[in-house]
Order: sequence, then C-alpha cells, then structure tokens
Amino acid sequence: MVDLTPDLAQGRLRQDRAWVERVPPGYWVMGVVLLVIPAFVSPFVMFQIMGWTFILGIISLSLMFLAGYGGMVSLAQMAFAGFAGYMMAIFGNSAIETISQGWPWWIAIPLALFLATVFATLVGWLAVRTEGIYTIMITLAIAAAFFYFTRQNYDLFNGFQGFNSVLPPQLFGVDWRGPYAFYYLTLFFAVGAYALVLYISRAPFGLALQGVRDNPRRMAALGYNVTAHRVAAYAFAGCLAGIGGILLTWQSSQISPGTVGIGPAIDILIIAVIGGLRHPIGPFIGAFIYVILKTFAVDFLVNLGLAGERFQLVIGLGFLIIVFFSPDGVLGLWEKFKAARNRDPLTGESRGQDPL
Amino acid sequence: MRRFANAHPVWTALIALAVVILLWLIFAIWPQGLVDVIGKKKVFLAALFNGITLGGLYFLVASGFTLIFGLMRNVNLAHGTLYLLGGYIGFHTADITGYWLLAFPVAFVVVGFCGVLLQVLVFRRMEGEDLRQTLVTIGISIVVADLMLWGFGGDFFNISPPPWLSGPVETFFVTTVKRSGDLVYMKYPMVRIVIFIAAVILGIAMWLALNRTRIGMMIRAGVDDRDMLQATGARIQIVFVGVFAFGAGLAGIAGVVGGTFQSVAPGEDIRFLLASLVVVIVGGMGSIPGAALGALLIGLAEQFGSVYFPTYAVVLTFLIMVVVLAFRPQGLMGSEG
Repeated sequence: MVDLTPDLAQGRLRQDRAWVERVPPGYWVMGVVLLVIPAFVSPFVMFQIMGWTFILGIISLSLMFLAGYGGMVSLAQMAFAGFAGYMMAIFGNSAIETISQGWPWWIAIPLALFLATVFATLVGWLAVRTEGIYTIMITLAIAAAFFYFTRQNYDLFNGFQGFNSVLPPQLFGVDWRGPYAFYYLTLFFAVGAYALVLYISRAPFGLALQGVRDNPRRMAALGYNVTAHRVAAYAFAGCLAGIGGILLTWQSSQISPGTVGIGPAIDILIIAVIGGLRHPIGPFIGAFIYVILKTFAVDFLVNLGLAGERFQLVIGLGFLIIVFFSPDGVLGLWEKFKAARNRDPLTGESRGQDPL
Repeated sequence: MRRFANAHPVWTALIALAVVILLWLIFAIWPQGLVDVIGKKKVFLAALFNGITLGGLYFLVASGFTLIFGLMRNVNLAHGTLYLLGGYIGFHTADITGYWLLAFPVAFVVVGFCGVLLQVLVFRRMEGEDLRQTLVTIGISIVVADLMLWGFGGDFFNISPPPWLSGPVETFFVTTVKRSGDLVYMKYPMVRIVIFIAAVILGIAMWLALNRTRIGMMIRAGVDDRDMLQATGARIQIVFVGVFAFGAGLAGIAGVVGGTFQSVAPGEDIRFLLASLVVVIVGGMGSIPGAALGALLIGLAEQFGSVYFPTYAVVLTFLIMVVVLAFRPQGLMGSEG
C-alpha cells in the first residue's frame, strides 16, 4: 500500500496541471517548426510536398486507425477518399457543367462527406463479416470495382476523364489553392485529424475498439456489440478519408479514375506500413517519405545514370525492405533503436529508464 | 445431390427451372418476339460461350491461388504477377521456337520454379503472419511488375495459336433460320473450345488427384490440421513446396492461355489477381469445386454484363460478390467456420 501512494499522488498532480502543461515538449517543437516552415521554403515545397504529405497522411491515418486500433486492414480507404472527391465535384462546381450541380460549398462539402461516410459504412458492414486476410481481399476487390465503375460510367462519374477544375471556394477572400493558404489549410486538417484519432484512441469507444481487436469473443461476452464497433470504426475512417479526398481533389484540382485506381489504393497501405501502424504519427512520417521518394526518385535515378522511369522499382524495393525487416515500419525501427540505446552494454539488460 | 434436393426443395426447383430455361434458350430457335426483347440469339450464344471459356481461364488462375491458400494459409498477392510472367515466358517461347504447345510446359516449369523460390525464401520465414505475407507479396508484385515492364516493354503481345487451332469451327447450335429455310449454325473459335476442354480435364484431374491419391490425401489432411499431419511423420515442407510450385505453375499456364485469348500487357497482373480474388471469395477459399463454380459465375457475369448492360458490367460481378458475402460469408462451396 505504501508503495502505491507516490504513484497516486503523482497521478493527481498530473491531473491538476493545466492541459497545456501536459502536452509533451516534442509537440511544441514540431508545432513551431510546422508553423514557421513557410518562411523558409519555396512555394513548390509547401504546396506539392508538404501539402501532399498532409493529405496522404490523413488518408493513411484513416487506414492506420482501422488497422492499428481495429485490426482491420482496409484497402478501400482511397476509394472512400475518391468517392468524397467525386461527390464534391458532382454536387459542387467543376468544368463538366452537364453533370456538376453547382451547389454552394456549404451544402456540397458536408453532403460529400456524409455520402462518403455512408459508403464506408456499407463497405464496412460487408467487410466485417470476414476476418484477417479476407478483409484485405474484399476491400481490395471493392476498391477495384469502384475504380472500374468510375472508369466505365459516363452518366455520373464522367468516365475516363473524370472532373477537372474542381476548385476550393473563395472563402474570406482567400485563394485556398495559393501555396501559403493551402499549406495552412492542409496543416489544420492534418493536425485536427491526428488529434481526433489520438483522442478517440483513449476515449471509451477507442478502448472498446482495441479490446475488440485483441479479443472479440471476450468483448462480446462482456456485452459489447463487436460488429457495431467495427462498423462504426469504418464509418469514422471513411469520414477521415473523405476529408483527405476532398483536399486531394482541390490540390490537383481534378478527380479521375486514376486517382482511385488500385495503385493509389495500395500506395495508401504502403504509406501507413512504412510509417508504422502503432501510432497516429506513423502515417504522416510514411507520407513524408513516400512523397519525397515520389518527387525526387526520378532525379536521383537520373543522377545515378539509370532510367528515371524506374522510380516505381525504387519505391517497391524500399517498401519490400522495410516490411521484410521491420513489420512496424519506421516507428518500429525507432523503437528498436531506443531499446538498443537503453540496454546496458555490460549486462545486456534494460536499464529500466528511458534515456531519450 | 439428393440430400441437397431433400433439404432445399424450393432451391432445387428454382435451379431446375433455370437449367430448363437455359437449355431452351440454347437449343431452341428463338421466336421473333424474344429477339425483339433481348436481341439476336447469335449475340446471346457468343456471350454464353465467351463467358464459359473465360470462366475456364479464371479457373486456371484461381485454382492455383485457392490451392495455395487452402493448404498453407499463404496469402500470395503476387499470384497475378506469376500469371503475367507465365504469359511473357509463353509468348517468347512460342515466338522463338515456333511451337505454341511448347509454351505451356516452359511456362509451367519456369513459373513453378519461381513459386518454389517464393515459398522457400519468403513464406517459410513468415508462416502464420497474414499481414506481413500480404505486404511482402504486394511489394514483390510491385517490384516484379516494374522489372517486367523494363524487360519486356509496355507493348501488347498476343500469342497466336498454330494454324490447326486458329479459325472458327462450326458448332451444332442453331442461331437463326434463313428465309430460305436453311438453318444457320454458330461459328466459334476452335482454340477457345480446345482450351476450355483442357481446363475442364485439368480440373477433373486435380479433383481426382486430391480425392483419390495418397498425395491428395496428405494435402487434404494438411488443409484440415497441419500440425497433426506433421506429427504423423509426413514431410510437410516438401508437400508445401510441391503444392506451391504446382499452383504457381498453373498460374503460368493460365498466362499462356490468357495471352492466346486476349493479350499479355502490363496491368493484366492486377486484373487477374482481382479476378482470382473475386472467384475464390465467391466460390469459397481452398475449394477446387468452389473455384470452378465461382470462375464460371464470374466469367458469365462479365460477358453477359458487357453485352447487355455495358456500363454496369463491373457492378454485376461486384454484386454477385456482395450477395454471396451477405448470405454465405464462407463462399458458395466453402466449409463452415
């Protein structure tokens, strides 16, 4: 009993401190860096690299949420994202005036997000009937069906060409596709999504979801509705992916079947796995690595005297090496490194404290 | 079959009715009213035949996939890559030697050997780790797809069958009656019929090998309880390697067939991976008869869909999958649990 008291006291102390003081220092550093970056880098870096990183990070985050906390690896996240983008193009404005309804943004965007969530819920309801590897296969098949459907359907999805000139609304007189505005816009949503996922992972729903992941039978015996938790996780992840999809549509100002193809769907999985599926920061790290590779691999290969179009090979090999040696991605490597630093060189045992 | 009829009389009646209607549609000379509603009989028969032969091709790809998954629980998402590799190897063998038939054994052996490498170097290291297997095989398929694009180029190749197989053959199905009273018979490519028959023979041989031979017994025992089989002294790793090689070899052969039916090109790997995924999901994982049934259904759905509702053909295939999943999550022929 005596041993417990300091712990309890410390716990109460932690409770008493203001929430601002409880934010780990790493977040402060990261926040300041992200806020002031635009002062130092070119518009290209802001719009193309950072903006794209945040967007892909959000979509991968939705996969990380499902896979990390729910134990369900869904390859349909890009389809949800693309669906939201398509819905926005259909209900909002685009250059295809015969299809686009031209409704104001405050109807089109919530409607697109809502429909993406409904779509994700339906897919989730279907996918949770299966487990493990079957889920991967079924969501892959759904993503592929969505891709082929958008490519063949001209009445609603405008077939092969898709929609172009899908632009964000001119809110508050700001051009949201300008590099600065777009950087802060995507940063805002990325941080929001990150915080939301972190919050949910500690909220009752998230804890129950992790329980369902670890032992569905025990959770069912405790009275939790396992299927409902899983479907709800799909709905939430679909909404997140939808936000990412709308931002992605704005960034490239177009949406077409190529955006929701099988390649991009697998890329989302690659990003999430490279980063690590254990923590919500993983997808953003993975997205950053992926974007850097995708942007500079061509130049890198050309500099090495190889053909530039082999960048897919570089990305594939990098992915293969990471999943072969560290299933937990970069975060897993980091944890291994930390564990190695923490080991006493003489005894080989853990020192019991975290030096980092 | 009798047990099924006793257990589900309504379903049996419905299936029997469907079969009778189908037979009538195939053999009867269509009245003008029917032609006005759903089009010419020639189109219908062509879709039916194309669907069945495409089903044969899908069966070749998917049976290897389902065999590997059923026995070893290995999730080989590089299966489409093996298919495409078989297609390229078959094309170049046929092109260099000039013998179309030689393409099959070469593709089977080379791709089967790749399967052995995959099993020994990759899957044996991560037994039971579904997600890792998935990720690693996805990585392999990305890398190999790019290597193949590098090595073989991005062109469409078509493997041409030998003269004695090319060209249409007249079947005994009547399509229409001429005004003069002569019957018009349907013509159909010989090579498709031959390959379909070969696929059926292969399927039956596989079923016999699985159900009537000692090795088949071992494989079935491995599907049911791998640890117990190992404990009885069967050299299970050798069986695994053999099954993997055979399944991969089938994908290679299917690549040659696909190259003859359609074409060999980058992107076909993903198409056929997805086709085999849908086929085994519909038919039931690990079941050879299930793969046959699923392949037939999907092949027919694809062809009839593209003829009668072109924009929604994909949705039809997808709808079949959804309906099966909703009512029988383990697949049509899958075992319970």
